[in-house]
Amino acid sequence: MRLSAEELRFAYGERMALDGVSFAIAPGEVFGFLGPNGAGKSTLFAILAGLLPPASGRLFLDGLPLDPSSRALRARMGVVFQEPSLDVKLSAEENLHLGAALFRVPRDEARRRAAALLEAAGLSDRARDPVGRFSGGMRRRLEIARALIHRPEVLLLDEPTTGLDALSFRRTWEALRNCAGPGGTTVVLTTHRPDEAAFCDRLAILSRGRVVAVETPASLLSRLAGDVVVVEADEATALAAEIAERFGVPARASGDTVAIERERGHELVPRIVEAFPAGRFRSVSVRRPSLADAFLHVAGEDLGQEARS
Amino acid sequence: MIGGYDTAAIRVLWWRDLVRFFRQPSRLVGALAQPILFWGIIGSGMSATFRIPGSGEGYLRYFYPGVVLMVVLFAAIFTTLSVIEDRHAGFLQAVLAGPASRGAVVVGKVLGSASVALSQAALFLLLAPAAGFGLTSIDWPVLVAALALAAVGLAAMGFTVAWLVDNVQGYHAIQMTLLVPLWIVSGAMFPMSPDHPVLATVMRLNPVAYAVSATRRALGGPDAPGALPGSTARDLLVLVAFAAVHLAIAVLAARRNGARR
Repeated sequence: MRLSAEELRFAYGERMALDGVSFAIAPGEVFGFLGPNGAGKSTLFAILAGLLPPASGRLFLDGLPLDPSSRALRARMGVVFQEPSLDVKLSAEENLHLGAALFRVPRDEARRRAAALLEAAGLSDRARDPVGRFSGGMRRRLEIARALIHRPEVLLLDEPTTGLDALSFRRTWEALRNCAGPGGTTVVLTTHRPDEAAFCDRLAILSRGRVVAVETPASLLSRLAGDVVVVEADEATALAAEIAERFGVPARASGDTVAIERERGHELVPRIVEAFPAGRFRSVSVRRPSLADAFLHVAGEDLGQEARS
Repeated sequence: MIGGYDTAAIRVLWWRDLVRFFRQPSRLVGALAQPILFWGIIGSGMSATFRIPGSGEGYLRYFYPGVVLMVVLFAAIFTTLSVIEDRHAGFLQAVLAGPASRGAVVVGKVLGSASVALSQAALFLLLAPAAGFGLTSIDWPVLVAALALAAVGLAAMGFTVAWLVDNVQGYHAIQMTLLVPLWIVSGAMFPMSPDHPVLATVMRLNPVAYAVSATRRALGGPDAPGALPGSTARDLLVLVAFAAVHLAIAVLAARRNGARR
């Protein structure tokens, strides 16, 4: 295992942010921690990035125990924060050279790598422009390039595609998938987005400071029965209770929707439409389960508003 | 313990502050125009009424070394302000997540700020002949040592304040009430007078006063009017202690506090 942890714990006063988190990540894997805000993702990220010492627990790199704030760990790791961390007054190239210098990459080598990384990020023609003129997607790709310039064994990212449009999202994930794989960088990320989680090789489901499951996205999805029937309604909670009672199916309300997980979901749709008068709901639909549904199923809590949109 | 990663981080951060300074023409112009205005306006306004006790020196000449220190002081304040920006912009986090120690980050940042301050002072020193100090008669080693030590100490103070306060308004408020009075009672504008023993004591305890004093000696000779009683070596020694103590405080502040932001 490249990076693993045993029983990491951290508390803010009374509140347990991490309550015994353990995991083991294989070399070259893209490994995601999926959880809603408040699940402990940021705390875990800060510990892995060496910015926060855990209250207890151990970290291992290639099976060897590590002090989480040790230089050995940090030198072998590249970190991409959720907030941008480039120097906007410097050019793209200079930002990469600066990153290389911090990790003691020799100057000529840094120049070669910077050129290659800019090329891969599709930024070659903007190498000398100040980063202040870059779009969000360009900055994010440059940020990842900078984190890779010292050829880290582990690339650690916090919500890597937050705030990016669909195209930038795809290009960023292309870049991440390209650097991972056998013999490549191990990619570790935190996210609350099901669409992002779907790109990971394996997911750790993080809920209330604990890892409740570690599985591939496909196996998480296969835990769900078949379809999800979604009813949009103003009084979702009351409606969920009635649906559960009348049809004997588990119905969960969150926000203004009721979700019913069920095989042959299409058969339930006409029965709901007939059972309730027009004003009780706005729409009824059937869809394939998503990782957001899987998260709900496994963790018993919702990923949050943003995750559904 | 200083490792290779530390020296690398120190070099990078140092270089970065200088690049950012020289790349912004507005900062260069401001760095030169502000002290010239200050020196010219206050200097001419005061020259009619102000006489240095026991010396026939004009006020413009007397005030000049004080303005050199003012340049260093304001530059150090202004440049370390970027610590707050860097923290908010996440740049500092990325550096802290790298393999360099916190101490190295502090030293790199302080040296960068101090170098910017020295560059600004150098620009203003081109005007020394206009104040009556010939460029060839200046004791450059003493001048550079005095200004560099003052710049390091002030930048380190700025770093500590910026690190602990973490918002721009608070930073300015503290610096204006802390550093500007230090400059005013440093002998930069008026000399120590035996008629005001309290002020004289404050001046004696004020490290900036020793920087002004050393600068006066470097520009106007060992017995320059307005220099503190004592020797150049003593002035410089006080400044070494000032720089070392504040650097140590800044490193401690950065180690103890603000792990996450």
